[in-house]
Amino acid sequence: MGQDGGMATRGFFGRERGARDERLPPGQYDTGNSWPVLTAEVTPDLSTHDWTFRIEGVVDTPTTWTWDELHALPESTYEGPIHCVTTWSKFDMTWRGVSVDTLLEAARPQASAQYAVVLCHTAYTTNLPLADLTGGKAWVAWEADGEPLDRQHGGPARLLVPHLYFWKSAKFVAGLRLVEHDEPGFWERNGYHDRGDPWLEQRYQGD
Amino acid sequence: MADPWQTARVLAVRDEAPRVKTFHLALDAPTGHRAGQHYVLRLTAPDGYTASRSYSVASAPDGTNEFDLTVERLDDGEVSGYLHDVVEPGDELEVRGPIGGWFVWEDGPALLVGGGSGLVPLMAMLRLARSTGRSDLVRLVVSVRTPTDLYYTDELPGPEVTVVHTRVAPPDSARPTGRLHADDLAPFATKGATAYVCGSAGFADAVGTLLVDVGWPAEQIRVERFGATS
Repeated sequence: MGQDGGMATRGFFGRERGARDERLPPGQYDTGNSWPVLTAEVTPDLSTHDWTFRIEGVVDTPTTWTWDELHALPESTYEGPIHCVTTWSKFDMTWRGVSVDTLLEAARPQASAQYAVVLCHTAYTTNLPLADLTGGKAWVAWEADGEPLDRQHGGPARLLVPHLYFWKSAKFVAGLRLVEHDEPGFWERNGYHDRGDPWLEQRYQGD
Repeated sequence: MADPWQTARVLAVRDEAPRVKTFHLALDAPTGHRAGQHYVLRLTAPDGYTASRSYSVASAPDGTNEFDLTVERLDDGEVSGYLHDVVEPGDELEVRGPIGGWFVWEDGPALLVGGGSGLVPLMAMLRLARSTGRSDLVRLVVSVRTPTDLYYTDELPGPEVTVVHTRVAPPDSARPTGRLHADDLAPFATKGATAYVCGSAGFADAVGTLLVDVGWPAEQIRVERFGATS
């Protein structure tokens, strides 16, 4: 039984479906225009005046940006899908923010920095290999589909790492702490996978 | 790595409320679940197509291999619709879990606040508190639209439980109908207590705000939201 066992569930045929949308990772469905909200904490009400973003840890130049300072940096756009571990995917989104590459360029990671702990303006954390945040794959984003990011979805700004399950794209992001060894974050300590690649279906620890 | 999927046998199905059923399931081994955790349930079509959804456990940990999942039938719900319309005792379902380590109660004073089907994981906590003689530790406030929308009606009432009706209240109700407000929660603000809030995103957000308004520390509030997973 299991993925390869092919045991069909009695009487289950599933939604009417055409050819499988090849943009959908395994086990995901297209949520269409809706955008479900999942959060484990009280949604904070953060003013952009109080919001900051910092990079600390194993870097040459620990740096903190205010809202205005971040917006003075070159803007960067992501166009594409996002994938939530609760099995929905949302296609054709447009996000605006600043590339994490631009921020790391200022903070100058040391050679021993291999992982990042994502810090938030709440108690939430998540962990990522640094390699998943570099090379045009990650943003600090403040706009989704032409609208300022609202607080339900992590506004005023969240991390955006769309090639991984969306719990890695921490809402209310406050910064990155670069570290030499991996440190499991909030969901990762609570049964979820350390990396979370949707194409490998890395949902839970052990996948 | 061992296959994380297990077969659960359906022992019984019972109606809980309109469009709400509880599935009483048995695994081959003890569940080992904690109150508040959930299972992923996976359905497989003959062509290999699968659909998975997460459902909270309603029953308290009791050391056995049996557990309850309470499932609300959603409009156009691919999995919940199948469970409601097709599943009967004797069927086998694939499950994975138990999952989650955050929205879990084991001890310590707690306020549990649920909206609609958000009651399910909180019921596991209440049942655990009662079955271990610690019901003085928990207070449960559940918000429903009408009396018929309340689950577990035979078992739920008790000194720890307050039911709030938003649209229609029973004739003997002292509280006027309406959404939860600060006065409903303020009496339960206990220093050091953890709040567990479960419901729709809108409900969870509103209750989180109310709790913060009555002085509850935000870091002592745990939230589980039901998104549009059908």
